[in-house]
Amino acid sequence: MSINLAAQVNSIMAALILLTSFGLLVQRRMYGLLHLFAWQGLFLSVSTAIVGYVSGAHHLYISSILTLTLKVVLIPYILHFLMRQLHIHKEVEQLVNVPTTMLIGIALVIFSYYLTAPIRELSTLVTRSTLAVALATVMLGLLMMITRRHAVTQIIGFLALENGLFFAATSATYGMPLVVELGVALDILIAAFIFGIFFFQIRTTFDSLDVEQMTQLKEED
Amino acid sequence: MIEFYPFIIEAIQIVIVLLFAPLFVGWVRMLKCWFQGRTSAGLFQPYRDILKLFHKDVILAENASWIFRFTPYLVFGVTVLAGGIIPIIFLNLPFATVADVIAIAALFAIVRFFTALAGMDIGTAFGGMGSSREMMIGSLAEPAMLMAIFTVSLISQTTSLSNMADVLIHKEFILRPSMAFALLAFVLISIAETGRIPVDNPATHLELTMIHEAMILEYSGRHLALIEWAGMIKLFLFTTIGIASFFPWGISTSVNLINISAGIIFLILKMGFLGIGLILIETGLAKMRIFRVPEFLGSAFLLSTLGMLSYFILE
Repeated sequence: MSINLAAQVNSIMAALILLTSFGLLVQRRMYGLLHLFAWQGLFLSVSTAIVGYVSGAHHLYISSILTLTLKVVLIPYILHFLMRQLHIHKEVEQLVNVPTTMLIGIALVIFSYYLTAPIRELSTLVTRSTLAVALATVMLGLLMMITRRHAVTQIIGFLALENGLFFAATSATYGMPLVVELGVALDILIAAFIFGIFFFQIRTTFDSLDVEQMTQLKEED
Repeated sequence: MIEFYPFIIEAIQIVIVLLFAPLFVGWVRMLKCWFQGRTSAGLFQPYRDILKLFHKDVILAENASWIFRFTPYLVFGVTVLAGGIIPIIFLNLPFATVADVIAIAALFAIVRFFTALAGMDIGTAFGGMGSSREMMIGSLAEPAMLMAIFTVSLISQTTSLSNMADVLIHKEFILRPSMAFALLAFVLISIAETGRIPVDNPATHLELTMIHEAMILEYSGRHLALIEWAGMIKLFLFTTIGIASFFPWGISTSVNLINISAGIIFLILKMGFLGIGLILIETGLAKMRIFRVPEFLGSAFLLSTLGMLSYFILE
């Protein structure tokens, strides 16, 4: 596989990651969200492997496999298990309606393109153009956390944000050192477990996973 | 002889549009029957339908104005005119030099405008309802369609469909995310514009959810035949626009007998596969609620915008 073709496939993967980010933003069903998140992880892992091939940095293969096991299999499985246990299957409520969210998302993509344009001029890496997509994924994850009021969807938004950060690291610098990546992966796994415990706690306290309910947590005047 | 060539080319093109459109619809209906486990009426049933309608009398409502009588002819004429612009088997169409893809979108807008007027002209409740729905869908689909086509024209640096196809045929093949996005958006828009499931059901006159059929409910005889034929041509044209802007390989670049016959064979093959794709979508999905349609078309707009953005970001 030539470098040129690898770069093309990598930009296709970047485009697909961006597409899944938008999918997460507008998807109403919980299980649909999980599937989209797993797909995003898969595209991320393929993209990481391609970057590893192009740059010759072989530790990226390990991060790719790590992404595959964690973000495509394990975390979606944990979340799936939690949703079954907590009987969450109804449609997700959104604070802002879908078309408006899409328009805000498009504005965020343009903003991150504008923001990363100077870096694109400076960098000489093959993957430099995907940095804008990575930043956009981070922003869209944040937007998702803002526009959703359900605890589980906020977690998925957070994990998508982390995907974006990981993608930014591979596209801007050909990946972080392996030790750092292992640490981050472990953190994410632990976080998924802790989120699970939190979900159960929130539900036993408020009888719902709607984070709006937490505004009741105030001191008595 | 040489100066007659453009006329001949254009005439062949129009004949192909007129004859192949019912054939394509027949193929789609046949596939649909097979997928649903029914026996089909055959590949040539749409021709028989049109012929039968031409033999029937026209029944006009008492308060029908000239708009109602004029609309079928206008709809048919304008649709055929649009068919003269799109490269189907030849690239160097004489009409293609004077009208680009924006003109094609405008022609379809004229058709929609007059159909909606005719729907309201009689004053029945169904007509007005269908017109308002059609205009809603049109107002959302047209910007998305233009965005999708503009993404392709960014790559080829032209808005003429013939030149776009020409550039795609002769350029080296590159994997482009922007093209993939534009193609997805175009598929969604074509479904909405040609009134297929999940946006509208072309096979029913009995549902409260109908859109296109509600507007033309009062038409009969040769008027109905012209409108139905124009609808078939519209479906055919949307698929050929898709072929010309995304898979133009096989459209003949020079006018000689071998290239033309190859072009026709490629056209039939592509149409066959696209019919299967269309039917897979139609049988796999249920018709959506009318208020979900803005979201459906919103995602088409999103996809085409993402295509345009990824052209700038990734390529």
